[in-house]
Amino acid sequence: MHIVVCIKQVPDSAQIRVHPVTNTIMRQGVPTIINPYDLFALEEALRLRDKHGGEVTVLTMGPPMAEDSLRKALTFGADRAVLLTDRFFAGSDTLATSYALAQAIAKIGETFGAPDIVFTGKQTIDGDTAQVGPGIAKRRNFLQLTYVSKISDVDLAGGKIRVERRAEGGVQVLETKLPVLITMLEGVNEMRRGSMSDALRAARAELVVWSAQDAGIEDILKCGLRGSPTVVKRVFAPSPRAEKAKQVEIQPAAIDTADALIETIFGQLPALEGELVELHQTL
Amino acid sequence: MIEEKFDAIVVGAGMAGNAAAYTMASRGLKVLQLERGEYPGSKNVQGAIMYASMLEKIIPNFREDAPLERHIIEQRFWIMDDRGHTAMQYRSDDFNEEKPNRYTIVRAQFDKWFSRKCREVGVTVLTETTVTDLLMDSTGKCVGVKTDRAGGVLRADVVVLAEGVNGLLGTRAGLREMPKAENVALAVKEMHFLPAETIESRFNLSGDEGCVIEMVGTFSKGMTGLGFVYTNRESISVGLGCLVSDFAESRESPYAMLEAFKNHPSIAPLLAGSEVKEYAAHLIPEGGFKAIPQLYGDGWVVVGDAAHFNNAIHREGSNLAMTSGRLAGEAIHRLKAGRDAPTKENLKLYKELLDESFLMKDLKKYKDMPGLFHTNSKNFFLSYPELISKAAQNYLRVDGTPKLEMEKKTMKNFIEKRSRLGLISDAVKLAFAWR
Repeated sequence: MHIVVCIKQVPDSAQIRVHPVTNTIMRQGVPTIINPYDLFALEEALRLRDKHGGEVTVLTMGPPMAEDSLRKALTFGADRAVLLTDRFFAGSDTLATSYALAQAIAKIGETFGAPDIVFTGKQTIDGDTAQVGPGIAKRRNFLQLTYVSKISDVDLAGGKIRVERRAEGGVQVLETKLPVLITMLEGVNEMRRGSMSDALRAARAELVVWSAQDAGIEDILKCGLRGSPTVVKRVFAPSPRAEKAKQVEIQPAAIDTADALIETIFGQLPALEGELVELHQTL
Repeated sequence: MIEEKFDAIVVGAGMAGNAAAYTMASRGLKVLQLERGEYPGSKNVQGAIMYASMLEKIIPNFREDAPLERHIIEQRFWIMDDRGHTAMQYRSDDFNEEKPNRYTIVRAQFDKWFSRKCREVGVTVLTETTVTDLLMDSTGKCVGVKTDRAGGVLRADVVVLAEGVNGLLGTRAGLREMPKAENVALAVKEMHFLPAETIESRFNLSGDEGCVIEMVGTFSKGMTGLGFVYTNRESISVGLGCLVSDFAESRESPYAMLEAFKNHPSIAPLLAGSEVKEYAAHLIPEGGFKAIPQLYGDGWVVVGDAAHFNNAIHREGSNLAMTSGRLAGEAIHRLKAGRDAPTKENLKLYKELLDESFLMKDLKKYKDMPGLFHTNSKNFFLSYPELISKAAQNYLRVDGTPKLEMEKKTMKNFIEKRSRLGLISDAVKLAFAWR
């Protein structure tokens, strides 16, 4: 089977600081990492490959320095790395990014074999939108399985996959047909440590580097800043609330906890009681 | 196990390891370099001042793309008491030359660049890979390394140990002893972020000009120690270091000392309004010539901090690291080119190259210095700084005391504190150690 894993190189948020005066993010010297959520997708892909055979291709769109993240993915054991890099991609929002990645995945399919599964992480830690994965699925016309916590079974011959998906109020067991796009939930596996032969291979591997043209992207207007309707109007640090939450102690033996709580609240905010009574009367 | 065999395996991607790897690979050797950190430079700590001529011998055109912070045009030396400092400083427009001699650098960035240069000449660099042991054959010859990766035994003709000051691998393999506490200093350092314009106005600089301050004094609480303030492009490195054995005896906390140092009335205004970006601590080899371990053997050589190469008096560490790495690389290449096996007998060439260079000559010159400062640390780092401050203040404060009386008072201070004989003895010892 052929699995494509989309990863993103992000600034290590643990080491980012906001400038105290200008409130802008100080990126100077901040090391970059693979988006942590993507690692769960990559590990899941590697496990499927180990079980069913085939290849894992990692794909990223970014500046040339994103090569570091791709090499790291190869060190973990991925078979091939594709870097989509072009000045036309600068300033992409999620719409433009999912367009470029979807086109690149089509090209990967033509070049290295059609993918059965495309993985992404749940979301990125810098954008936090969780939109790119579903965007790719829609554009490639793949079925999409988001927030997947477990891959129960893959039936390659029958072209089917069964997964568990974490949803409000429980776990959904879903079965659908391949190919699919899966956004993988965090904490569901642990990234392996690559072997020495993986590490050596990664250090020496020739990456596949594609420009927009190489990836078969014809509509440049859909890429980068021009293809991005999102506009960042302002970046600001939220000011801390003046009021703090209060902890109210209730006797555990109290028969009616709710009554006791309301009494305590009214005791602290006498005006509220009057307002509520008034409201009740008008209703 | 990996079948492939390398001409050389370099353990560590600091200055010495990179210099050795680059020198060998650029001469056509098949080199593998192993680094335990996440990226080259992630584990490396230095003040940091980089000397151009030692790097020029390895990468002549490094100025084209190396991440350099500021070239140094001014050096200040401070002798500090608790309230102030007596300064000696030298500044010259001669340092604004086309190819400046000294630069401040930020190691995390500089080492990434150096490592990229290594890869460009063909070094295979593996990060996040820790060498756990040297691989020895039955005759005691080093034939490779064991690592913490699955299937991670690797073979090579020579292993270059650029593993840093602790020398853990060498010690574990019985090639050397652990460095002694009195021969290493613990240095702590912070990076303080400030806009470039603020740094330039505070230190009287323009453009890429830089200034460094190094200081001794009462802040080290009588321990053998040195403090520093270095200007980077948009940050200031501030730190201090004292001998580990002194720390053990005095029970002083390095962090508390650095806090007090930063709040010193002479230093606080330089750092005012800055934001701390980074905190680091590191051991520095300070034992000098007498603490150098065995440098070569069958199938192995030691370079850089691991070889205890640091000129504590001139505070030159990274350039000795680069130089020893380069000379080890040259020696190994010469043996390879002459089809001579890297036996202990043949690798003596590395030691001969070191002896011919400034590196061993300088370390030999100051061989008695570490011992002198250590046994007399209370005088050199506590009494004299206090006395010098008192003398300066006596000289400058005008309050109607006749000048002759003032001078007598100053002299009396010195003699009371240190006795006439003690003063003469310290001066003579210092002169002999310097010679």
